[in-house]
Amino acid sequence: MGRITLDKVAKSFGDVEVIPPLDLTIEDGEFVVFVGPSGCGKSTLLRLIAGLEDVSSGEIRIDGEDATSVPPAKRGLAMVFQSYALYPHMSVRKNIAFPLRMAKLDAAEQSRRVEAAADVLNLTEYLDRRPGQLSGGQRQRVAIGRAIVREPAAFLFDEPLSNLDAALRVGMRLEISELHKRLETTMIYVTHDQVEAMTMADKIVVLRAGNIEQVGSPLELYREPRNLFVAGFIGSPKMNLIGGEIAEKHGAPTIGIRPEHVTVSNEAGEWHGTVGVSEHLGSDTFFHVTCDGIEEPVTVRVGGEVDLHYGDKVWLSPDPDHLHRFDKAGLRIA
Amino acid sequence: MATQHSRSAARLMMTPAVILLLGWMLVPLTMTLYFSFKRYLPMRGDSLERGLDWVGFENYVRFIGSSSFWPSVQATLLIVGGVLVITVVLGILLAILLDQPFWGQGIVRILVIAPFFVMPTVSALVWKNMMMDPVNGMFAYLWRFFGAEPVSWMSDASVQSIILIVSWQWLPFATLILLTAIQSLDSEQLEAAEMDGAPVLSRFFYIILPHLGRAITIVILIQTIFLLSIFAEIFVTTGGSFGTRTLTYLIFQRVVDSQNIGLGSAGGVYAIILANIVALFLMRIVGKNLDQ
Repeated sequence: MGRITLDKVAKSFGDVEVIPPLDLTIEDGEFVVFVGPSGCGKSTLLRLIAGLEDVSSGEIRIDGEDATSVPPAKRGLAMVFQSYALYPHMSVRKNIAFPLRMAKLDAAEQSRRVEAAADVLNLTEYLDRRPGQLSGGQRQRVAIGRAIVREPAAFLFDEPLSNLDAALRVGMRLEISELHKRLETTMIYVTHDQVEAMTMADKIVVLRAGNIEQVGSPLELYREPRNLFVAGFIGSPKMNLIGGEIAEKHGAPTIGIRPEHVTVSNEAGEWHGTVGVSEHLGSDTFFHVTCDGIEEPVTVRVGGEVDLHYGDKVWLSPDPDHLHRFDKAGLRIA
Repeated sequence: MATQHSRSAARLMMTPAVILLLGWMLVPLTMTLYFSFKRYLPMRGDSLERGLDWVGFENYVRFIGSSSFWPSVQATLLIVGGVLVITVVLGILLAILLDQPFWGQGIVRILVIAPFFVMPTVSALVWKNMMMDPVNGMFAYLWRFFGAEPVSWMSDASVQSIILIVSWQWLPFATLILLTAIQSLDSEQLEAAEMDGAPVLSRFFYIILPHLGRAITIVILIQTIFLLSIFAEIFVTTGGSFGTRTLTYLIFQRVVDSQNIGLGSAGGVYAIILANIVALFLMRIVGKNLDQ
């Protein structure tokens, strides 16, 4: 069980309010991702839930019980840190067994659980090595192993993949998702990488300056961003945000159109422009087109390979069904 | 340092330093060895010009046969061991304390280092006359304030007094090295241990202490080298009486007080052997710790 409720939780360091009072409910078994730019308070929020920081006001409930002043170890949560925080002088086996040893479990039970965790994470042959002798991905798995053996109510991940190289990150992302499906335990995952958020989450919480900007499933956030910040943050490449006269024509101070919802044509279209830099990914091609009357270059996504070159004149047309309209305050117009 | 040319240039550059160091160590060592096999009593008219009598191992037998030899080895090990225990234990505690954020941290840290800059002779004098004097000392005052009989430190608790003085001098060194070691501990490790359910004491024994292992061995190694040869503190306070005659001090007495250079030199050779035995043990421990 792992239902976590935040009720008007706030945090200030001295006079600086890092997190203004916020409410959030994380259902049992959910994979929730806190995402936002650096300094948005997402790690602080996670540390508040973990109990490593004290809340300034408000209440944290775990499975309905008030856990606001419960020490971290008693909350039944396990955390995986950005630096993995493995104990360098202990073998992998001892690292994973450490929480069990602290809980004073008997030796047989300890080794049974360690073996089981090592088996799940493919660590069996590394059990007697030291963390210093392992690769980044293996260390990450040891850190996860140390969390699993406690059989916690929820897992907390604090940017666990940011120290890994790109290829390994994709692999670990799948492994963590796989683990979540298998364990069906609540997981809270902090990242600044919206790709990680989109691919892994059941529910994404977008944070900016300690405020929750939007909560929803990845596709909800993609389809209906509540405001300009979420619109610009979710999706890769970023949504084109256009103001001025062109936006007025569509009846809003600002309009947004995703690169994949713009059609390119050589003959006719709504906006006329010149092709700038293009990025060829094989499966897709991204064009940055400088259009008349639009300040920023418009990013366009075209499937496959397209015969367009630097300096070519093209016409762009946004798909009206996927046009996002925002009012003066930056909020979505329904 | 890759090419043949740069390697020979490097050797050439190092030569003066190597020669100087060799001279510095080899000449006194050879002289000590030479004198230790000779009868050399300057007050009885022996001198290098007239030639010294070869006496074989007589000096060695006499030095080790003397009733003060084993007590002096004992005193040496007692003082070195005592100082090591006190400086390491208090050093760890002080380092943890100084690692906490508090107001005036910078000034306190500088003050903590201060005793290390006081010359051994001066600090021994200050301790002897200002703190430990049975009539006018601060301790005597304190004892009387609580209605107790003042302790005459230098005669009744002589070894403890010297351990106290030397510990006071070396505590800053230990604290400083251990403090830098503690500062290099990743705070996420402590937080992870906290999440894993380790209470404060377990965090200390399972995380902080193993992390400090290497620094502790270095403190022990360096301090031992210097503590084996402490002299000023004993000379100024007890003058080697009341069981504070260490091996170093015994050699000094044989050479200077008894004017027996041959006997003192033999003692010096024993001291070299003792220091090497200790160093051997320490190097093995340190080596094991540094391998990790």
